[in-house]
Amino acid sequence: MNDMMLLIEPLIPPLRRYARALVKDHATADDLVQDCLERAITRWHQRRQDGDARTWLFTILHNLAVSHMRQNRRRGSHVTLDDGVDEAMIARPATQEDALHHADVMQALQTLPEDQRSVLLLVSVEDLTYAEAARVLDIPIGTVMSRLARAREKLLRKMEGAPAQEAAKGGATIHRPVFGAGIFRRVK
Amino acid sequence: MNPGRPITEEDFQAYVDHALDERRQEEVEEYLSTHPDAARRVAAYTAQREALRAALAPIAEEPVPDRLNLARLVEARQHRQARSWLSVPGAGPWRTIAAAVALVLIGGAGGWSMHGITAGKASMNPESMLTQEAMDNYRVYAADAVRPVEMHAGEQEQLLRWVSQRLDRKVAVPDLSASGYRFMGGRLVATAHGPGAMFFYDDSSGNRIAMLVRPMKQDGDAPMTEHQKDDVGGVTWCNRGMGYSLVADASAQALHPLADEARRQLRTKI
Repeated sequence: MNDMMLLIEPLIPPLRRYARALVKDHATADDLVQDCLERAITRWHQRRQDGDARTWLFTILHNLAVSHMRQNRRRGSHVTLDDGVDEAMIARPATQEDALHHADVMQALQTLPEDQRSVLLLVSVEDLTYAEAARVLDIPIGTVMSRLARAREKLLRKMEGAPAQEAAKGGATIHRPVFGAGIFRRVK
Repeated sequence: MNPGRPITEEDFQAYVDHALDERRQEEVEEYLSTHPDAARRVAAYTAQREALRAALAPIAEEPVPDRLNLARLVEARQHRQARSWLSVPGAGPWRTIAAAVALVLIGGAGGWSMHGITAGKASMNPESMLTQEAMDNYRVYAADAVRPVEMHAGEQEQLLRWVSQRLDRKVAVPDLSASGYRFMGGRLVATAHGPGAMFFYDDSSGNRIAMLVRPMKQDGDAPMTEHQKDDVGGVTWCNRGMGYSLVADASAQALHPLADEARRQLRTKI
């Protein structure tokens, strides 16, 4: 019981952060974390001894959050989670680099499809390795990498309010990879 | 220009995440120094990463709300468990009636519906089936205020002779008194796989736990597994072809130490 407390306790703030970034609504996010913690307490001894507690907890939380979001989407209340959101409503042109204000970042983040948002958050904010993120999301590492690249590119476009040209016109030597096919084209 | 492998999109991402080893990082930096467009993009990703972290950092710095206090959650869970322990004697008659009705329905339906039930069970593994049988019997007999056991603790020798004969295997009873559980006695019970022996224990508050024993189809051992169905938890294992399932109106996790103790004793007794 004691090692459980020691391992789980410091993870609660990051878990709250991840939940909040995923579902936005504060109370709902904490509901998910509470659910996650209760499950972790109940199943503590069932976790894989070789796996680490952080990956395990993020996996539980992620699955809870995803099923919550799917339910909500079925009820039609979370339109912004869909890929096909009206971009003009959210994207606003930034005039300078400093325009990366918190509110803007958060707003742009909410326009990413859920699978891209999770990867971006787990890797960029929660500092999970690519392998750990792959375990949490139950996808191959290659998919983690391609989703991450797509998420960053999409977020960049939102933040800059610019068309997708930025990277594509990267001169004669750099080509944007064909992300849709999950392939990274080599550049040299 | 690039001495090593060609620089890929993955390298850019890993560069942003500080996930490259030193050598590769230098190679990427060298590439970026001569490719301003790529450099701009990587710089933008890096700024984006910092912005995200900065925007979300305050959440992790908030004080954790009371309802997410881990010690409290653990305590609340223990409290719930204690309550479900205590509910065993009180819930007696209704639970017995419900379980008896269920058995009558299963027994009476026969024919086609029975076919469905056995077909459904085919997908369960042997330990799950044993646990299910233990839980079913537990619900019927542990809730019985009048006659939970057929033979009392005082008749332990005869009881063991009887069930060993019916199971055609040597059966032993673990002593759980050191854990606060007094041996009450036992009985022969029906399972989908033939006769089983069920032993009952109670503590000073009258909370009952039971252990079902029956031979498994396959010889050999199976590690302990935990099972939970509604309020009833079970810990099940096999030792040299004999299946054991310890069940009670509690969480399987709470039962685990008792199961460990029972298994330890049974290994030396048989």
